[in-house]
Amino acid sequence: MKIAVCVKEVPDPGPNRRIDPGTKRMDRSGDRSLNQYDLHAVEQALRLKEAAGDGEVVLISMGASRALDSIRKGLGMGADRAVLVSDEAAAGSDLVATTAVLAAALEAESPDLVLFGQQATDGDGAVLWAAVADKLRMPVVSQISELEVADGHATAKRQTEFGYDKIRAPLPAVLAVADSLNEPRYPSLKGIMGAKKKPQDVKSLADVGVDPGSAGEAGSRTTVIALSPPPSRGETIKIEDDGSGAQKIIDFLMERKLV
Amino acid sequence: MSTLVFLEHHGSSIQRGALGVLGKAAQLDPDTAGVIIGAGVRDVATEAGRFGAKKVFVADDAALEAPLPQPRVDVISRLVQDQGFGTVLFAASVLASDVAGGVAARLGAGLNWDLNDLEVQDGALVGKRSALGDTVIADVGWTAEPRLGLVRAGSFDPAESGGEAAVEEISAALEDFSSKAEMVEQAHEEQSGPSIEEADILVTGGRGLGAPENFSILEELAAALGGAVASTRAVVDSGWYPYPTQVGQTGKVVSPKLYIGAGVSGAIQHKVGMQTSQTIVAINKDPNAPIFEFSDLGIVGDLNDIVPKLTELVKERKS
Ligand SMILES: Cc1cc2nc3c(=O)[nH]c(=O)nc-3n(C[C@H](O)[C@H](O)[C@H](O)COP(=O)(O)OP(=O)(O)OC[C@H]3O[C@@H](n4cnc5c(N)ncnc54)[C@H](O)[C@@H]3O)c2cc1C
Ligand SMILES: Nc1ncnc2c1ncn2[C@@H]1O[C@H](COP(=O)(O)O)[C@@H](O)[C@H]1O
Repeated sequence: MKIAVCVKEVPDPGPNRRIDPGTKRMDRSGDRSLNQYDLHAVEQALRLKEAAGDGEVVLISMGASRALDSIRKGLGMGADRAVLVSDEAAAGSDLVATTAVLAAALEAESPDLVLFGQQATDGDGAVLWAAVADKLRMPVVSQISELEVADGHATAKRQTEFGYDKIRAPLPAVLAVADSLNEPRYPSLKGIMGAKKKPQDVKSLADVGVDPGSAGEAGSRTTVIALSPPPSRGETIKIEDDGSGAQKIIDFLMERKLV
Repeated sequence: MSTLVFLEHHGSSIQRGALGVLGKAAQLDPDTAGVIIGAGVRDVATEAGRFGAKKVFVADDAALEAPLPQPRVDVISRLVQDQGFGTVLFAASVLASDVAGGVAARLGAGLNWDLNDLEVQDGALVGKRSALGDTVIADVGWTAEPRLGLVRAGSFDPAESGGEAAVEEISAALEDFSSKAEMVEQAHEEQSGPSIEEADILVTGGRGLGAPENFSILEELAAALGGAVASTRAVVDSGWYPYPTQVGQTGKVVSPKLYIGAGVSGAIQHKVGMQTSQTIVAINKDPNAPIFEFSDLGIVGDLNDIVPKLTELVKERKS
């Protein structure tokens, strides 16, 4: 079984994240890592491969070439190789443009399963899989909290606003997994050392057969017009616990007459 | 006609969020239509007129019964092409988000998500999008038609205007791959549990608790405070705590006087369910956890140390 996992390098969550006011794009110059939610997709792919006894796990990503630094974490966990589509002309891609690029890279691999994480922490779109599945003409199931793959079918449980659905789809299929599906393993030291030697193909748009007009800003259909700060919620206090954390909370609650 | 709203239904009624978006759309564009997709849904259409739709397209077909996205992508994409809608709006939900993503790919259209407001600026539609954990608001636009927008849950309240909608039936021509996924079991309600919506004080536990049995320390704190225990999707999905206690987009929307989150990261889909809490206190060992950006008091530390101590202090204070 060949499993492709779509993974993304994102800026580390926290107060230092920002959108560049000039380009109105995400500022990707600071600390960055593999999107935490994608680790669950990598983990699931590895478990499926291990259960099947053979197969291949390929990481697929679009991003700047230095994104390989983050993607190597997935290789360290045990994925077999990585394909990164990296091209100046792909910068600033919105949903449709990203879909065109990833779908092309995935088509070249003909995987039995395409896994996605639950959301990217920089965009929080949680929609990309649905667009990619449409381009690939494959069935899609999202928000998966339990998964069984057997007899050429995936059976998934997932939460909606109304309770839990169970959905079955034949392979090849696109599956987006929730963070509750598994606990991602940590890469072992041996894994980390070995990751450097695993195949890491950096491809251009031309390599995956995508016209530059379909990617990047040229291929995008949305734009950011202006940025502004949100309304303030009032003062927020953040304190490092030095043993007095509980006391600080009770003082605060008493001050607000909540106890 | 220029704006189309996806009217997601459950049972025989249209979802509140979708009716809210419909009302907003009708305010911005008097030529707003809705589309209802399912099996046995003709009667659902009348409700749409009362909430602002001039016209409702109804695709009623046994093949559309299960609330799966891909057949809906086929119906909506076709309708948008046939009628030339300039804008298509969705109220975010598990189903609607997947439908919107599929339609974007099919039509090569721009999709803006997480919109919490919409306005017309100089004749052009502009969305207000909260980004990066709500630390910045982006005014977003579209460079081509159709413009697709996913509106964040709870952004607009439905407003009854009392009109009547013309109903037009449309047929469903489905792509081969769209019917491959099948619903085996639908909307199964997991075990029942206590109601959290009435509680003045909620102590919420997330995956940072580490194991289901650790919820007991939160139960003790909640008992001491006279409150109830709530949870995140991560722990509900894992079977650690019952679904009725879940706060967030696919759980409950709560507004207690005091919300205490322990081992909760504060993901956006959780936040939409508790952001109107009067006072928010967070305990998390990660100083970069998003929850600290919207907490009145945040303690960076280990909940296993802090929560039991806090329970003792509350008990002392009360005795
Ligand atoms: C369509 C959709 C709908 C969703 N609906 C909902 C919803 O309704 N409700 C919801 O909650 N989520 C929802 N989610 C999921 C949401 O995105 C997050 O995945 C989820 O809220 C994370 O739960 P968590 O905070 O418990 O876990 P995590 O994000 O894993 O956070 C655990 C936190 O615990 C901290 N921690 C760990 N150990 C300790 C310790 N010893 N002491 C203190 N802190 C510790 C960690 O630093 C971390 O911040 C939805 C997602 C999608 C895509
Ligand atoms: N640039 C990218 N390259 C590869 N996969 C991506 C990229 N962006 C998003 N993804 C995948 O799509 C999922 C959902 O992302 P999003 O819809 O952006 O929230 C992520 O969890 C990843 O699995």
